[in-house]
Amino acid sequence: MTGELVLPGYAHPRPGNHPPLDFPGYTATALRHPVKPLVLLPHRLTEVTGPLLGDELITMQDADLTTRHAGEPLGQRIIVSGRVLDSGGRPVPDTLIEIWQTNAAGRYRHTHDHHSAPLDPDFDGIGRAITDAGGRYRFVTIKPGAYPWGNHHNAWRPAHIHFSLFGRAFTQRLITQMYFPGDPLLPLDPIYNSVPDDKARQLMVAEFSIEDTQPEWALAYRFGIVLRGRDASVFEEGNQR
Amino acid sequence: MSELVTPSQTTGPYFAMRLPWLEGPFVVPEGTPGAVTIIGRLFDGAGDVIPDGLIETWQAGPDGRFAHPDDPRGPVPAGYGAFRGFGRCPTARDGSFKLVTLKPGALPFGDGRVEAPHIDVSVFARGLLDRCVTRVYFPDEAALNGADPVLAAVPADRRPTLIAVPLADGLLEFDVHVQGDRETVFFDL
Repeated sequence: MTGELVLPGYAHPRPGNHPPLDFPGYTATALRHPVKPLVLLPHRLTEVTGPLLGDELITMQDADLTTRHAGEPLGQRIIVSGRVLDSGGRPVPDTLIEIWQTNAAGRYRHTHDHHSAPLDPDFDGIGRAITDAGGRYRFVTIKPGAYPWGNHHNAWRPAHIHFSLFGRAFTQRLITQMYFPGDPLLPLDPIYNSVPDDKARQLMVAEFSIEDTQPEWALAYRFGIVLRGRDASVFEEGNQR
Repeated sequence: MSELVTPSQTTGPYFAMRLPWLEGPFVVPEGTPGAVTIIGRLFDGAGDVIPDGLIETWQAGPDGRFAHPDDPRGPVPAGYGAFRGFGRCPTARDGSFKLVTLKPGALPFGDGRVEAPHIDVSVFARGLLDRCVTRVYFPDEAALNGADPVLAAVPADRRPTLIAVPLADGLLEFDVHVQGDRETVFFDL
C-alpha cells in the first residue's frame, strides 16, 4: 500500500462564498447546524473521485419539463441554459444536473406541500441533463412561482429552481438554487441572503437573454454554474517521508 | 485566494419529489453475497428526528479501487461488476435511512500510511444551507482505524461518532446527530 499518489487538490472556497450553517434569519438552521469544530479532511482518493453518473441514465426528454404529459403546463415557458465550469474556468463535461421546482402557481408536486395554490396535472417540476463536452446544458421548463413558507411573518420564497450537481469529484458536489433577475422578493429572502459575499450571491441569479429567447415561443435565461477548481499546484506526496 | 464558486443553498424539503430516482439506497442489489446493510437515523440538536434529510454516500469497492479517471492506480480490475460506489437515501418520517453496499477496502494515503475502510457521507436537509460531510468507519477494523490518519486528527472522545455499531451479521448502525451532546464529527472538506 505504499507508493506515491499524485492526486488533484481542490481549492477551498474563500470565506463568505458559502452560507454559514448557523444563520438565525433562516429559523430551521437553529437545531440543524453543527456547533463543534469541523475537522479538516485532506483530499485523498475518496475525495478526489466521485460518482460519474453517465448519460445511460438520461433521455433527451428529461431536460424538457413541458412535453412529458398529456397537455402543456400552464405558465411562462422558459429556456434555462448555461455552462458548468470550475473556478479555474475549465468546463466540467459529462456531469449530471438535476433540477426541481414549483409549477407556475408556486406549488410543488409533493405530498407535504400544502400551499393552497393549484397543482398542474401537466407539470411535475423534475428535470435532468448531462453537460456536453463544453460543460453546456439546456432545460426547457416554465417559470416557477413564489410561495409562502412560514419562516417569519409574510415570508415568501422568491421564484427559484433547485440545481443539484456532482462535478467529477466528491469535493465538487453542489446543491444550489437559481433565482430570477429583478425579483422584488430577493432582498427579503433569508436563504438567498445567507450568502455573505455580494458577488457570490449574485452568481445565483440567472441573466435574462434576449439572444437565446425564441420568437413566438419562449423567454430565455442563462445560468452559469461554477464548481470548485483544482488547486494551481497539483497535490503530490512523496513516498515514506 | 481561490475564485468564487456558485454558493450552496438548502435542498429544502421537497427534493424527495424525485432525487431518489438515482439508485437509491442500493449501492449493490439486496442479497448480493457479502453485502452489508447500514441503517441509521438523522437527529437534530433537540434529539428529534429529521424526516426531510437526504443521505448520500461515496466509497471505494472491496478492493479499494474507484472506477474513476483520477484514481492514479489505473483502471479498476474486473470483479465487482457494475459496482459504482454511490448511494442515496432520503430520510423517512422516523428519520431513518438505509444503505446496502459492499464494505470498501483500505486505501493508500500517499505517504506510506493507510486509510482504514470508510464511506464518505454527505448530509443534506431543509435547514442545512450547505451539506455536512462525515465518514462511516467499520467496527471490525480496530487496527486500521487506530492507524487511520483522518481519525487521528479527530479528538479521541469524538471518534466513536464515526464508527458504525454492529447490530447483527452484515448489519451496522450509523446514526447522525447534526447537533447536540452526541454531535457527529463533521469535516471541513
